[in-house]
Amino acid sequence: MAPIPVDGPALIQGLYSILPELVVIGTAIVVLLADLFLADDRKKLLCGIGIVGVALSMFAALSLGSGRIEGFSGMIVHDGMGLFFTLTILAAALLTLLMATGYSEWEGTQKGEFFALLLISTAGMLFMAKGTDLMTVFLGLETLSIPIYCLVGFHRDRMKSLEGAIKYFLLGAFASGFLLYGIALLYSVTGTTKIASIAAMVRDARLYESPVFLAGMGLLVVGFGFKVSLAPFHMWTPDAYEGAPTLVTAFMAAAVKAAAFAALIRVSLLTFPALSPVMANVLWALAFLTMSVGNFSALLQDNVKRMLAYSSIAHAGYILVGLVAGDVAGGQAALFYLLVYALMNLGAFGVIMLVAQGEDDAYDIGNFAGIGFRYPVLGALLTLFLVSLAGIPPTAGFVGKFYLFSSAVKNGYVGLAVLGVLNSAVSIYYYLRLVVYMYMMPAPGEIPVPRPPRTAFSIALCASAAAVLVLGIVPRSMLEFAERSILSLLM
Amino acid sequence: MTGVPFLDQHLLSVLIGLPLVGAALLLFFPRDGKPAIRAFTLAVTLLEFLLSLPVVARFDSGTAAMQLVERAPWLPQYGIAYQVGVDGISLWLLMLTTFIMPIAILSTWAAVEKHVKEFMVFMLVLETAMVGVFVATDLFLFYIFWELVLIPMYFLIGVWGGERRIYAAIKFFLYTFVGSVLMLVAILVLYFHHYAVTGSYTTDLLKLYELAIPLKMQFWLFGAFFLAFAFKVPMFPFHTWLPDAHVEAPTAGSVILAAVLLKMGTYGFIRFAMALFPAAAADWTPYIAGLAVVGILYGALVAMVQKDVKKLVAYSSVSHLGFVMLGLFAYNLQGIEGAILQMVNHGVSTGALFLIVGIIYERRHTRLISEFGGLAKVVPVFTLCFMVVTLSSVGLPGTNGFVGEFLILLGAFKAHKVLTVVAALGVIFAAVYMLWMFQRVMYGKVTNDENLRLTDMNAREVAYMLPLLLFVFWIGVYPQPFLRRMDASVNAFVARVEAKKQAALAGSPPGETLLVRYFDAGK
Repeated sequence: MAPIPVDGPALIQGLYSILPELVVIGTAIVVLLADLFLADDRKKLLCGIGIVGVALSMFAALSLGSGRIEGFSGMIVHDGMGLFFTLTILAAALLTLLMATGYSEWEGTQKGEFFALLLISTAGMLFMAKGTDLMTVFLGLETLSIPIYCLVGFHRDRMKSLEGAIKYFLLGAFASGFLLYGIALLYSVTGTTKIASIAAMVRDARLYESPVFLAGMGLLVVGFGFKVSLAPFHMWTPDAYEGAPTLVTAFMAAAVKAAAFAALIRVSLLTFPALSPVMANVLWALAFLTMSVGNFSALLQDNVKRMLAYSSIAHAGYILVGLVAGDVAGGQAALFYLLVYALMNLGAFGVIMLVAQGEDDAYDIGNFAGIGFRYPVLGALLTLFLVSLAGIPPTAGFVGKFYLFSSAVKNGYVGLAVLGVLNSAVSIYYYLRLVVYMYMMPAPGEIPVPRPPRTAFSIALCASAAAVLVLGIVPRSMLEFAERSILSLLM
Repeated sequence: MTGVPFLDQHLLSVLIGLPLVGAALLLFFPRDGKPAIRAFTLAVTLLEFLLSLPVVARFDSGTAAMQLVERAPWLPQYGIAYQVGVDGISLWLLMLTTFIMPIAILSTWAAVEKHVKEFMVFMLVLETAMVGVFVATDLFLFYIFWELVLIPMYFLIGVWGGERRIYAAIKFFLYTFVGSVLMLVAILVLYFHHYAVTGSYTTDLLKLYELAIPLKMQFWLFGAFFLAFAFKVPMFPFHTWLPDAHVEAPTAGSVILAAVLLKMGTYGFIRFAMALFPAAAADWTPYIAGLAVVGILYGALVAMVQKDVKKLVAYSSVSHLGFVMLGLFAYNLQGIEGAILQMVNHGVSTGALFLIVGIIYERRHTRLISEFGGLAKVVPVFTLCFMVVTLSSVGLPGTNGFVGEFLILLGAFKAHKVLTVVAALGVIFAAVYMLWMFQRVMYGKVTNDENLRLTDMNAREVAYMLPLLLFVFWIGVYPQPFLRRMDASVNAFVARVEAKKQAALAGSPPGETLLVRYFDAGK
């Protein structure tokens, strides 16, 4: 058997194009090794290693720039959009790790595998965001999912954690199956798994008339729909989010969503012009359904963690509005919103983590009564994040929603924009409810004493808050970055 | 004018920013230093008022153009700019805001004891947002200030309010938010229509004024703007949040709510809804004027049967704002000037009434009319103030209320004869409920012994009441300085609306309304 020829320069370029991913994976390995040699009382260092690694990876991503670097025969491309999502995901991972400094100690997740799983999952997300081939996307998805299944069930002694993990794992496995079958159908029609080639063939070969192709696209949407929790594929979300360690919940809502949307955006924006009527109708219905199911279910929740879980479903619906619009403005709005959502959501979960102290019933909304005035900084931060989630100016959440609905109106989907703003009016009620408890309700007993955050934790919270405000008042450069990223995709 | 170049160039921005800076500084005050916190906030609002005086001094009443304009790019590629200015329509509302703030702050000395620091922070943020609403001439900027108002007001009602404060706060927030989100979509539609017509993106209000908008589009856009403003005004039947919010809000909150927040709605009508979509507004006019008159009568009748003084004043607001709406939709100089003047009057008079109610509540912790009676003999200074304010609210000649109502009825009579005659009944009703209430509270025998121990108004209370009384008479006797500065802008408004209406309706048979045309569009 002849040896497989190795194209040296191409391999080097390929490795160069995944430099940020390599750094993250390397960090995961270092964490695992260090875990073996560190004494129990020095395990704190593991988190620090993770933080340094993610920061280095961000630096690597920035040094690659936003130019187009192809790797592994075009299976992976680092382009403007890849850079945008790399930075978004890494920022979410960085904030998560910063919060982990305190959280892991309190919750007993101070273990090497916790941080290693987090990092490997992050690497999977990065692959997924940069994958221009459906195979890479699938590999990325599995690389990100499997560690997350473990993380959701990390509290092996808690029933809810296990329940969430099982539900997430079973449904997630189904979703992977759907996705893979969809890819197979697409491959059978087009003979390729490259997203760009498929998109070109849709246009040239009138593939939108082929039922097999449409079925493949449909299965693809279902697969991604599970991961970003679009209704009606959202069933696992509340249980998994509630059961998971809160830090993991925050990470899932922010980063997993961003990565899965990255792939969905690549597929839908490229194929959109050709598939327009069919695709737009499907996404329209999904967006409407997702927003409404998320918001109306969130209204009924007394558990803050569950409330935020349903709200994250609703937010997936808002982001989908940008994809319905299906043009540069829509994609740009979706990108911007994903970043903003990651920041405000991590921030909100961060504050909740401090207050709730880990016990399951501590996430009951009644536990938050009286927090606002007793702990003014925490109260103000959580209020800011909630106001931003609700989409009220002058926060980044408002700017994000403004551009999402604006892209819908621009493309003639005024009805969807109206449904969207009415939905955000519904969401006001449950976000404000938490504010009501914090500031206006008398505490039933003692006001819980929040855990004093570590310095790193405080930095993470303040950085998110600052970003939410700054992006709300001067969003210009970030919007331009998002626009360039989308343009780089369509070029 | 002020001698400081920076101030002269950025007067309006300074007015927007100063309270916010004050709020930020306030965060560094120790929370138990209540006197210092109060004094500092009062100083900030007084300084704000003093700085707003040059706006009047520099105001050129000879032009209808925006004055003291400042413009800075914000999101230039989307045509969104930071752009502010005042004209004869917004001038007095801006002044009313800066004028009423120190008064409201001064009224909280004895009323607000818990979380004083946070209270003052919210008051100052509120002032920034309100000033912003009245001077923004960019739709995007306006919308941001418009929504920003909700947050501090929500906390003011929800934290420092009465027993049902949470219910009232959420109701206030939800109602006004639902009203205004549709406006956001309408703004977007308008924005993209401007692009479709001219090829450039803009949210500049003055440019959008020049835009020709198809009738069908106007119909829907006006509808969305109408909802946003009608909730805020509030017009009948969108008013149900108002009595709750007013009754539950702390005194200072009620004062601001009545004096300024409701005016944002009526101001929105004239500055945005009517000015941008004149043809649709003209078509909707009979219905809106009709609702305004229903509001006048309904508010007055419901006020008549109230047992709680504050509730009575709240319902009287529904009635008074009905007059303002009627004046606006008269589409002539008298009607609109009367309406704008009446916005200011209502701010002064109803603001003062809420302060009066607050004074009495602080002493007796009840606002039920039946608890009082015969106060006139016990507290003479209070009686005098109360009487003046009551008469001003009733619209007695010589007080501000008379001038405003007179002009409104004069203008409205030209436009809607029958409706105006009916609306005039509201003036009579107002006399009935206000004077009857005054009589039950102030005259007769002292039926309740507790009232014998009432103390009269102290120096601080007199100090914040006097400026209001001064304006009651100033506007009542010599309204000319106020009206003169509106003339140019209101005339220009009327002329522009008429011209655009004619242009939009050109080519359609006389008497055919947009509604008819819209629903016949299918054929």
